[in-house]
Amino acid sequence: MDASIALVAIWPFAAALLAPWVHRFAKPFGGWVLALVPGGIFLFLLTLIDPVLATGSVSARIAWVPAYDLDLSFFVDGLSLIFALTISGIGTLVVLYAGAYLKGHPHLGRFFGFLLAFMGAMLGLVLADNMLALFMFWELTSVTSFLLIGFDHTRMAARRGAIQALVITNIGGMALLVGVLLVHQMTGVWDLSASGDEVRGTALYGSVLGCFLLAAFTKSAQVPFHFWLPNAMEAPTPVSAFLHSATMVQAGVYLLARTMPWLGGTAAWTWILVCFGGATLIWGALGALRQTDLKQMLAQTTIASLGLSVLLLGLGSTYAVSAVVIYFVAHALYKAALFMVVGAVDHEAGTRDVTVLSGLADRMPVTFIGAALASLAMIGLPLTLGYYAKEEMYLGLLAWRWDDIVVLAVLVAGNATLAGVAMLVMVKPFLGPTLPTPKALHEAPIAMLAGPIILGAAGIVAAVMPDWLGQTVLQPGASAILATPVESHLSLTINPANPLIWLSVLTWVLGLLVYRKMATLRTLLRRLETGLGWTADTVFDALMFGLIGFSAAVTRFLHHGKLEIYLVTVFAALALALIVPMALLGGYAVLLPTSDLGNWSAKLAWPQLTIYEWGVVALALVGLVAVVLAPSRLIAIVALGIQGAAVALIFLLFGAPDLAFTQFMVEVLSVVILALVMTRLRLDERDHRELEDLARDGMLALVCGVGVSLLLMVVLSGDLDTRLSELFIATSVPIAHGANIVNVILVDYRGFDTLGEISVVMGAGMAITALLRRRKAVA
Amino acid sequence: MDYVLAALVGCFIAAGIYLLLSRSVIRMLLGLVVFGNGVNLLIFTAGRLTRAAAPIVPAGLNQPDGPVANPLPQALILTAIVIGFAVFSFLLVLAFRAYQTLDADNTDTMRVAEPVDEPNPPLSY
Repeated sequence: MDASIALVAIWPFAAALLAPWVHRFAKPFGGWVLALVPGGIFLFLLTLIDPVLATGSVSARIAWVPAYDLDLSFFVDGLSLIFALTISGIGTLVVLYAGAYLKGHPHLGRFFGFLLAFMGAMLGLVLADNMLALFMFWELTSVTSFLLIGFDHTRMAARRGAIQALVITNIGGMALLVGVLLVHQMTGVWDLSASGDEVRGTALYGSVLGCFLLAAFTKSAQVPFHFWLPNAMEAPTPVSAFLHSATMVQAGVYLLARTMPWLGGTAAWTWILVCFGGATLIWGALGALRQTDLKQMLAQTTIASLGLSVLLLGLGSTYAVSAVVIYFVAHALYKAALFMVVGAVDHEAGTRDVTVLSGLADRMPVTFIGAALASLAMIGLPLTLGYYAKEEMYLGLLAWRWDDIVVLAVLVAGNATLAGVAMLVMVKPFLGPTLPTPKALHEAPIAMLAGPIILGAAGIVAAVMPDWLGQTVLQPGASAILATPVESHLSLTINPANPLIWLSVLTWVLGLLVYRKMATLRTLLRRLETGLGWTADTVFDALMFGLIGFSAAVTRFLHHGKLEIYLVTVFAALALALIVPMALLGGYAVLLPTSDLGNWSAKLAWPQLTIYEWGVVALALVGLVAVVLAPSRLIAIVALGIQGAAVALIFLLFGAPDLAFTQFMVEVLSVVILALVMTRLRLDERDHRELEDLARDGMLALVCGVGVSLLLMVVLSGDLDTRLSELFIATSVPIAHGANIVNVILVDYRGFDTLGEISVVMGAGMAITALLRRRKAVA
Repeated sequence: MDYVLAALVGCFIAAGIYLLLSRSVIRMLLGLVVFGNGVNLLIFTAGRLTRAAAPIVPAGLNQPDGPVANPLPQALILTAIVIGFAVFSFLLVLAFRAYQTLDADNTDTMRVAEPVDEPNPPLSY
């Protein structure tokens, strides 16, 4: 059992790598072959139902970083199993569907790869127990979603949608990471299943809650982060059916449900979730009414459904949570089916505009059946899963307190609008008089019909077996969310005495009303939208472009292109680094006279230098002054030679003949080359500087010079660790067989240094050759 | 005598930095050489000055028969001198070629890589 659960998440990634080749070799049947991967996973997950029902959960654990006690742990309970089954089941049909939908597309192989990689990330996300793994899979879903939305990357709208989705969901991803780390700090464990009640009691509960909610709200497109989801509809329809209705956007809902046992139940949780969820529900419902594009319409209803789920999780009662579980399954089934239907219509008729589609049922009867099955579930008629979901959510609110009534009104309004949209999607394109379509109409291929029919039928079949549904879906799912056993009470019987049924009827009647008045509502809402003038989209664009402009301004401020200022910055930093730490940490104390002054005359004694040593120092100073003040370049070059020679003499005087020799050679060469080059150039003779430049440069140079001098004096007043030098001196002859210790160090003890030095010389030589030779070629 | 050398090192560094801050490329080159010499002397002085013998073992002996100068900084400086010379030669040729191509040795007029009026990045996706 252990490794196989991990394999569920890993297999799709392996398949993703192979997908392009599989597609190439199995050309027309690539989709059928690749659908075996999620199909196999689905079948494997089915075998987990019994153990999960029996014991509550199954877990697996693989040592990840044993040094840090980090395990890659997976955990299957009712909640994750429902999600995983939905993902792999719908995934199978989507892969099949994609093969037909994108038939002949030059990048179909790549598309399969992205799709399978996404599936792996999503399965990993719902099965992961380790919170770091959860975060990793969470981000992987964002990245793969980015690739899928931007699949049609030659269109700007697709690129924009992809970037928008990535930016918004990654904000949440970062928040999730922070939240995870905070939880780990508090509890000391990495496993979700082990995190406990102590989180709720700590002072940081607010921060943790905020992080997790931000993650969930961005992923699940809650107001005010909702706007990326409609733009993600730029993706090919199979992607919309899979990611942006049934699976990825539900990851936020999953996260909330998963963390509810130890984050939920507080007033903050309830209020935030109910308010944001309710706002999202209404916003999405109104958004759906505004659209004429069928796909956009469905996208907006998805936002509404996500809001509904979040609202229900906020309520947190047994009924509400049961409703979430049923609603998740029902929604995944009907929404994926509807997206596939819309994709098929678009594919065969050439348009998705609901106002020009009519009477397709004659030519696309099977597609119509799929659409009808899914729409009935979306309306929530009896004998569909949607019905149970609606009943459950109303059931928890029949206490008739004022806040319950408000929530109930929001739910009824939202559900009614969704029902109205569902009626429109089912009736308008398929029934009525036949209108001409851009493409010659015919039925969709079987691979595209399998999805809507199977998913639509599944929504009905599951609904006619309420006992089975209650025991294998509702109970384990709701129990996992609430962390207490939940009894199912689903039943097919309809009791007219119960106010519940009348709420459902009210919903349907209102839905019908919305359907009838759709055109009027649409005009009204669009007028409102144009009246408002701006949308979340325009705000996002303004922010993104503002960011680009800001980064351009920062770049221009830092990269102004004036070499002189760059160098001033560098040397100012050098001056600060030399002086400030030493001054602050009292490094200069050793240079100051002690308070009793001691034998001060000895300290102030004239330095013990011989007369020729003084001469060399004076020579160096003369050379330096002359270089700086030189009125002409020849004097500057000669002066450069003087200071170089003085350095060589210093080396010679203090026991370093090798250095002196090298320095002499280098100085002579430098002077000769410089003289050769400089006399060939007609350069400014003098070093012109404005007075303020002069002051600035002089100050900087002076401060740096003084800083280095002081630093060196402090160093000299300390002890020198000569162990290394003594080792070299002692062993030079016995083990390295060289009498010149400096040479032995260079070629033996530190031979690699010398190798590096030679490489630098060689590189410089090659660069010089290239620079000089290119000139000849051009000339 | 150490402090005299320390002061001299400061003079080298100051002169080098002053020249490096010039806008004339050739002066910057001179500054680089002076600065490099200053740093070499810095290492040399930090390794302690001594008027003792050079670190060479007399023939027939296994170790020097008296105190010798510290050989480690000398080895480091020897490497530094050679590398400094290689870099100096390269920069000289680079400056020479830049002068030939751009007809300028003033850094203010060398703006090919970072032009004065750089266009804004495109505001689009």
